[in-house]
Amino acid sequence: MRWKTVNSTGWGRALRATSQMARPERLSALTALMSESPAPAFGNCRSYGDACLNDGGKAIDMTRLDRFLGFDPATGVLEVEAGLTIGEIARTMAPRGWLPAVMPGTGFATVGGAIAMDVHGKNHHAHGSFGQHIKSLTLLTGGKPKKLTPDGATARLFRATVGGLGQTGVIVSAELQLLRCKGDVVMVTEQRAANFDELIGLLDATDATYSVGWVDATARGEALGRGILEEAETGAGLVPAPKPSKSVPFNAPGFALSPSIVRVFNFAYFRRVPAHGRTVVKPISEFFFPLDRIHDWNRLYGKNGFYQFQCVVPIDQAEALRDTLARISASGLASPLAVLKRMGPGRAGYMSFPMEGYTLAVDFRANTAAARLIRTLEELTATAGGRIYLAKDALASAELVRAMYPEYDDWAAEVAKADPRRAMVTDLVRRLGLRGKV
Amino acid sequence: MNETWILMGATSSMARALARAVAERGDALLLAGRDMDDLNRLAADCRTRGAATASAVSFDARKPEGFQSLVTLAEKSHGVLNAAVFVGSMPEQTAIDADPSLIDGTIIDNFSGPARFLQMLAPILEARGSGTIVGVGSVAGDRGRVGNYVYGAAKAGFHTYLSGLRNRLTRAGGHVVTVKPGFVDTGMTWGIEGMFLVAPPEKVAKDILKAVAKQRNVIYTPFFWRFIMLIIRSIPERIFKKMSI
Repeated sequence: MRWKTVNSTGWGRALRATSQMARPERLSALTALMSESPAPAFGNCRSYGDACLNDGGKAIDMTRLDRFLGFDPATGVLEVEAGLTIGEIARTMAPRGWLPAVMPGTGFATVGGAIAMDVHGKNHHAHGSFGQHIKSLTLLTGGKPKKLTPDGATARLFRATVGGLGQTGVIVSAELQLLRCKGDVVMVTEQRAANFDELIGLLDATDATYSVGWVDATARGEALGRGILEEAETGAGLVPAPKPSKSVPFNAPGFALSPSIVRVFNFAYFRRVPAHGRTVVKPISEFFFPLDRIHDWNRLYGKNGFYQFQCVVPIDQAEALRDTLARISASGLASPLAVLKRMGPGRAGYMSFPMEGYTLAVDFRANTAAARLIRTLEELTATAGGRIYLAKDALASAELVRAMYPEYDDWAAEVAKADPRRAMVTDLVRRLGLRGKV
Repeated sequence: MNETWILMGATSSMARALARAVAERGDALLLAGRDMDDLNRLAADCRTRGAATASAVSFDARKPEGFQSLVTLAEKSHGVLNAAVFVGSMPEQTAIDADPSLIDGTIIDNFSGPARFLQMLAPILEARGSGTIVGVGSVAGDRGRVGNYVYGAAKAGFHTYLSGLRNRLTRAGGHVVTVKPGFVDTGMTWGIEGMFLVAPPEKVAKDILKAVAKQRNVIYTPFFWRFIMLIIRSIPERIFKKMSI
C-alpha cells in the first residue's frame, strides 16, 4: 500500500495536520494494512476539531470502503461498509420507504464516523442516537475482524466502540436498523419564537418526529434567544428535485461575517417566516442536510477557520443555557449558525455525547476572543452538569472533559485492551490526554 | 428493456463507479475479476442499488483457459449485451528496466488478454446486432514517454485493436467506445508524485455512459485531456526525444 503525504484539517479548518495517509480500495487491503501498520481510520473529516487528525503520524482513509452489503426489505436491516455516507444511504433507500434511523446535520458523514461519534439528529428526543440502531458492527484491530453486538459477550467492547472516537480499532462494516419513512419528502412547519422562554416552551411542547430550533445568537435583551422552531414529518409527494449543489471557490474575506452583517442576516432570516408560521414541503436532503448544497461552506469563515461550540445541559438547567446565550450575544462574536434542540436520554456508548436536556451549537470565526469566550462557555457547561461534544471540540482541556464523561474509566479500560500498542491515537485523544500521557 | 453488462477488472475503482451507475438503472451485471471476495461485496452493493441481477465471476486476463465460462454466461443473457474492459497493470518503468520479463505480463494485462476475450465475445454482439464494448485505454498510449513506455505501448496496441474491432462490429450493429482517461483518483495513482487535474472515478463512469449513449468512438476523460494530448502528440520527435514529461 502506497502512503500519501496529506495536509488535512478538521471541518472547522482551525486545526491542521500533516499525515501519511493510505486509502485501501477493498477489505483485503485494509486487513493487510492493519496487520502491518495499524493507524487510526478517518472518513470524510466532518468532525470540526482534531478528532480526524493525526499530525506527524499515519492514518487510513476509509472513504473507498463504501459498499452496500445487503438489505432486507422485510425488516429494514441494512448492512454497509463503514465508508458509505449517510447521505448516500438516504438517497438510495428513501424512495423505497426507509431512512437511516438517525441522520446528523451533514449527509457527508460516513457510517464509521457516525458510529465513532455516536451522532444524533433532529429526532434524538424520539429515536435516540445513531448507535442505538446498530444491530452489529465489525471491528478490525490487528488480527481477524470481530463482530460486536450491543448485548452478550462483546457488549463492553461495543459500548467502547460506539462513540469511542475510533480508539478500539477500525470500524469496517455495520448492520443498521433503518426507520420507515412515508416517502422522500418532508413537510416542515416553521414558527417564530419571540425569545428564549418561548423557544424552550415550543421545544418542550413539540411532539413532531423531527424538531430543531434556530437561534438568533445576536439578539439581546427582551429578544434574547429568539428563533424559529422547525418541526417535520416525512411524507410522500412530488416536489422539485433538489437544486444542484454549489461550492465556495475561495476563502471569504474577514468582513464577510462581521457582527453587523450577521445581525442584519439574522434579522432577515427570522422575518423570513411569517408571524403566524408556515408549512413547506422539501426534498429530504434539503431539510436534513441544508448546508451540503454548498460545498466547502466552511471557507466562508476565511482562512483561519472557525470553532463550533456545542454543549448539552440537563433539563433543569435551562437557566444556565440562558446565561450561555446571553454571554454569546453580548460578545457579538456569533455567526448565523446557531441551533438549539431538546435531547432525549438516548446514548449507546461510554463516551457518547447525548444526555436528556437541551443542546446548543454555535459557530464562531476562529480568533483569540472566540477561543476565550468558548473556554468560559465550557466552564458554564461543566458547572451546569452538562458536557461538550467531542466531534466539535478544538479547545477543551483534559480535566474538564473527563469530569463531563462519567463512564470515561470504563471506556479507557476497554480501549487499553483493544489497542494496547496505542496505534489508534489521534490529535484529539492526545490533546485531551484520553489515553494517558504519551 | 434492461441491458446486461460484463465488467472485466470490476474491482477497479472506475469499474466500481460504472457498475453502480448501471445498477441504479436496473441493468444486470456480470462482475469479472480475480478478488472473488471483493467481487461478491460489489455484487451485493449493485443488487442493493437496484441491479436486476449481479454476480461475481472469476476472470484472470493471464489465464485464457478460463475465458470460455464467462463467454457462456454472456450467451445466456437476454437483450442488449455490453462489455467494459478495465483490466490493466502499470509496473514502474524502473522495475521493468531491472526485469524485462515484466513486459510480457504488462502486454497481457493491458492488451492481449482483454483482446483475446473480446475476440470470443464479438460473435455474440454480431449475432444480436446490438451492444457496446467499452475499452479503457490511457492517454499514456498516445505517445511513448521515458517514464512508462511499456505500459504506453501496451495501451497503444489496445487502442489500435479497439479501432479495428469497432470497424468490425459497426457493420453488424454493435459499437466500440475507446476511453482514454487522464489521471484518475484510483488506487493506481494514489500517492504518486506529480499528479494534477485528478478526476474522481464517478466522473469517468458518467463520461463513459454518455459516450455509450451517443455512440462516440474515442473519448478522453475528463475532456480537456484531448487538448493536452493534442499538444503532446504534435511536438516534433526531434524535440520530444529530449524531453522528460
